Amino acid sequence: MSLLEVQNLTTYYTTQRGPVHAVENISFRLGEGKALGLAGESGCGKTTAALSLLKILPFNGEILRGKILFQGKDIVTLNEGELRDKIRWKGISLIFQGAMNAMNPVYRIEDQIVEAIKLHEPKISKKEARKRVKQLFELVGLDPSRTRNYAHEFSGGMRQRAMIAMALACNPKILIADEPGTALDVIVQAQVLKLMSELRKKLNLAIIMISHDLSIISETCDDLAIMYAGKIVELGDIYSMFKKPLHPYTQGLIEAFPNIKEKRRKMYSIAGYPPNLLKPPSGCRFHPRCKFAMDVCKKEEPPFHEVSKGHFVACHLYH
Amino acid sequence: MSETIVKVENLRKWFPVRMGFFTSLVSRRQLFVKAVDGVSFSIGKGEIFGLAGESGSGKTTTGRVILRLLDPTGGKVFFQGKDITRMREDEMKPFRKKMQIVFQDPYESLNPRMTVGDIIAEPMRMLHAATGEKELEERVKQVLEDAELIPAEEFIFRYPHELSGGQRQRVATARAFVLRPNFVVADEPVSMLDVSTRAEILNLMVSFVEKYQTSFLYITHDLALSRHMCDRIAVMYLGKIAEMGTTDQVINETLHPYTQALIAAVPVPDPTSRRIEVVIKGEIPSPVNPPSGCRFHTRCPSYIGEICRQKEPPLVDVGNNHFVACHLHSGKKAKA
Repeated sequence: MSLLEVQNLTTYYTTQRGPVHAVENISFRLGEGKALGLAGESGCGKTTAALSLLKILPFNGEILRGKILFQGKDIVTLNEGELRDKIRWKGISLIFQGAMNAMNPVYRIEDQIVEAIKLHEPKISKKEARKRVKQLFELVGLDPSRTRNYAHEFSGGMRQRAMIAMALACNPKILIADEPGTALDVIVQAQVLKLMSELRKKLNLAIIMISHDLSIISETCDDLAIMYAGKIVELGDIYSMFKKPLHPYTQGLIEAFPNIKEKRRKMYSIAGYPPNLLKPPSGCRFHPRCKFAMDVCKKEEPPFHEVSKGHFVACHLYH
Repeated sequence: MSETIVKVENLRKWFPVRMGFFTSLVSRRQLFVKAVDGVSFSIGKGEIFGLAGESGSGKTTTGRVILRLLDPTGGKVFFQGKDITRMREDEMKPFRKKMQIVFQDPYESLNPRMTVGDIIAEPMRMLHAATGEKELEERVKQVLEDAELIPAEEFIFRYPHELSGGQRQRVATARAFVLRPNFVVADEPVSMLDVSTRAEILNLMVSFVEKYQTSFLYITHDLALSRHMCDRIAVMYLGKIAEMGTTDQVINETLHPYTQALIAAVPVPDPTSRRIEVVIKGEIPSPVNPPSGCRFHTRCPSYIGEICRQKEPPLVDVGNNHFVACHLHSGKKAKA
């Protein structure tokens, strides 16, 4: 049994102009201590997928179908109390996008982390909770004597570390990081990614890394799932995905990434724009931008098909 | 090198630090943020010059001072051989036609109440660059087509909110190039865009640069993109140039420890060469009170001793116009 197994998850947002098909029928597994990268353009549903895992969608978001099995329990069916007591922070925790600004500026960092610990583990005393904050600071490479600082006294990289410390406060099994590198400078970004890889080994932590930046994922993850317009179009282990990308979208995305180690070359891009998810294209959602599009692509939705062991693709070219 | 269009000599831009009333009573001297502190380089005709560095290194300020959007504190800016450093605004006007800028955020840099046609026509109207409304419209259509915003007749009447990020940045690019300027500054033009559209916008800019032989200052923090985009690159650190040379020199024959660290930190989209090596610790120090001597010595992995702390390394040519400011290399003078 995998630590986390997502089956046919479908999440829509209700808007005045109709439902937004943000996440449609996605399935993946995550083993203990493994790292999965979730990549795609903005608006492809990466963040919605993450929010669904914790059931913290905005008021107009709703999980329509599917199962999210965490250690065999289906998160979709749990109520708020159970989610708080068993899942959030203790099972799965999330570092939001733009985490640098996610701290409350008028509370000390220590108090914010203590609040999170107390909420999820009411039996623990304040003193013990404070002690744990110090340990967490040490774990993420921050000076434990600075727990009583405010967020503005920290630099961007330190704030990101503090956010990681906060996410780890209740020993979660899975850490979801939403765009952990954006808004950080390359050197600081490399420091943060290295820290996450170290923590993963030390704590046997499973990580879901959400990013539009394939190079960050290729540096840190074991598996990669590519999302396009609310669907996972390709999923596999990172080596085979980069060596032999199958889906035309994956190929385009990988090609669009400049490699600093290569010779100077023309830069490539994928023509066109992502579709409007109020009215996604028929058949394969990628067909309007695909250079291999055939007639069948407009009519039929390609099944998510296992091409080789553990390597799945949803494309009519391969079945 | 071909004809020099823009030349900058020992450029400085210091911003005074605003202090509270009581602090200013107690404090004896005015403090400054030394955003740009002695920068010199030149850009040739049709050349793409990259200015790279972390946030806070002074690259944006440099770009703005060259365009005289900010007044320099010291140093000189030459444009086509003329000193424009202290020119009055009315004297600057003929030069404004020749220099343009593309800003970072296409969601903020386009007026939401103007149509695409008006946005692009505005610089021509302001600077009386067209003879009449008819020519104006022709040129707007032409540049829209060049920017691949087709059909142009339709895009003229659209508003920015109807466009995607990539399309907006195309509009911003069209606006910058409609006057066929000699010099364009692009300040992180693609950092707000999706990876899949970045290349499109950069390729569009390159095609304009080639068409009009524009000199192009590309300001960026992304070394991987600069590698494929620029002819020459200068790496800035705390208001100074650490290393400058052709793209191959800076990326492949890197000399300065800071450039090496920057390149090592760039993630590579290839899982077989995985390495996240973090060569240097910490973050960029405050430009209010930069470290003495070499500004990088507090983080430098190849610190060689007192000299780094006391003496500021000059930017020297170590051969083939490859410049570096580091005591490790200051002994190697160019072979004359």
